Amino acid sequence: MKKYSVFSLVKNALNHHKDWEVAWRDPEPKKEYEAVIIGGGGHGLATAYYLAKYYDLKNIAILEKGWIGGGNVGRNTTILRSNYMHDANNLFYEQGMQMWRDLSQELNYNVMYSPRGILNLAHSDAQLNAYARRGNSMRLNGIDAALLGREEVRKMIPFADFTENARFPIFGGLLQPIGGTARHDAVAWGYARAADDMGVDIIQHCEVSGFDVDNGKVTGVQTSKGNIKTNKVGLCVAGSTSILAEKLNMTLPIEAHVLQACVSEPVKPLLDGVVTFGAGHFYCSQSDKGEMVMGGDLDGYNSYAQRGNLPTIQHVLTEGVALFPNLSRLKILRTWGGIMDMSMDGSPIIDKTHIDGVYLNCGWCYGGFKATPVSGLTFAHTIARNEPHELNVPFKLDRFHTGHLIDEKGLGTKTWIS
Amino acid sequence: MLEIKCPYCGNRSQNEFAYGGDATVKRPELNSEISDQDWDHFVYYRKNPRGNHLELWHHISGCRQWFKVLRNTATHDIIQTMEMKENP
Repeated sequence: MKKYSVFSLVKNALNHHKDWEVAWRDPEPKKEYEAVIIGGGGHGLATAYYLAKYYDLKNIAILEKGWIGGGNVGRNTTILRSNYMHDANNLFYEQGMQMWRDLSQELNYNVMYSPRGILNLAHSDAQLNAYARRGNSMRLNGIDAALLGREEVRKMIPFADFTENARFPIFGGLLQPIGGTARHDAVAWGYARAADDMGVDIIQHCEVSGFDVDNGKVTGVQTSKGNIKTNKVGLCVAGSTSILAEKLNMTLPIEAHVLQACVSEPVKPLLDGVVTFGAGHFYCSQSDKGEMVMGGDLDGYNSYAQRGNLPTIQHVLTEGVALFPNLSRLKILRTWGGIMDMSMDGSPIIDKTHIDGVYLNCGWCYGGFKATPVSGLTFAHTIARNEPHELNVPFKLDRFHTGHLIDEKGLGTKTWIS
Repeated sequence: MLEIKCPYCGNRSQNEFAYGGDATVKRPELNSEISDQDWDHFVYYRKNPRGNHLELWHHISGCRQWFKVLRNTATHDIIQTMEMKENP
């Protein structure tokens, strides 16, 4: 792989950009691999990359039914944060935040990591108290957090509704200064290029239709490009997890739901970091192109459609306008949807399964993007060593049996009903 | 916008309804031997099909009746709606 640098940019510019090498190959699948990762999204690509880099597996394939970066890794709102309350989530996502810092150097690909801060707004004294508690929990785990009062918030977002008439007045907020955004497509492409460079075969337009299991051990996968032998299979298929799990006679504590997001027309710089509305479910950041990137609630019914309906968009944007009245003057440029693998406690699952050699990475709910590096690292460890990394021990599947749920919101099952 | 046919009120906009999840989940019988696995499956585990899904809806801003809907999760097409005592 030729390294990207300012010199390669100048050199190729002088050549009218005719000599750039392809970022990754387009190979035909081999007959056999040491490990097969199903799903060429962020988590699958990162898993293959760390398997090759740290765990000495060289013969790895990624099977992607569409094209890489076409699923949730290209559909999210690019937010990075680790502002959780429970230790399991805090430690896991904070490891991810540390990995984001030098990911561009690590991959030799600019992922446009931009730690501009994430601010969760509080709209009552009780909510501000809850945020103080969460901030303390973060700080106990070594994660910086600051509790802001109304006037401090006003300095950061003076265009929010600070009038007497605000239906949900802003009392303050919890700021994670290191929170921010990264360019989601670049994350997929960067991992793909770096994994390919280490010999990982990225096989696109290759759908898995079944598994070969012998005596409780996986021996291969059946695909639209023929059968492939392997003793290790990692599932990184987000919204499609239940469909593949069914082929392994597994039922999972997961439902597929559509989550929509949207962007406005581009405007001049207005909003620096990420802001979340605390009296509903709305969040907003501004992309480098100037678009306001906004999202909120699930549509609320089981869906594999990758598209949603307007009532939810209207509901979310009503909250947006309640927070930032000036948004009402903007036009919406695009809306889109992705399929969330909603787990029953709102936390992910990274674990082995009842079939030897089949590993599960799912249940990311609203927040898979920020976990991309740490999910890849811990899942690679789980696959290579056949046991969880210390960071994903709590994210076991059997927590739904033992009762050790990681229920961040304290809502119990059916987290989407909130 | 989904248009949902409440068995009692007729076609109404999605805005009037609340979703109640998979209608095929059955609470284990009272006073019978129940394994932990039965409870796990009742509380947490779902078939989550891509395709036809029998589910509960609540006409919360209308007649406030619960009813069943057979809906395709891949296309959002509503195939049939029925009262709670009925089956597709």
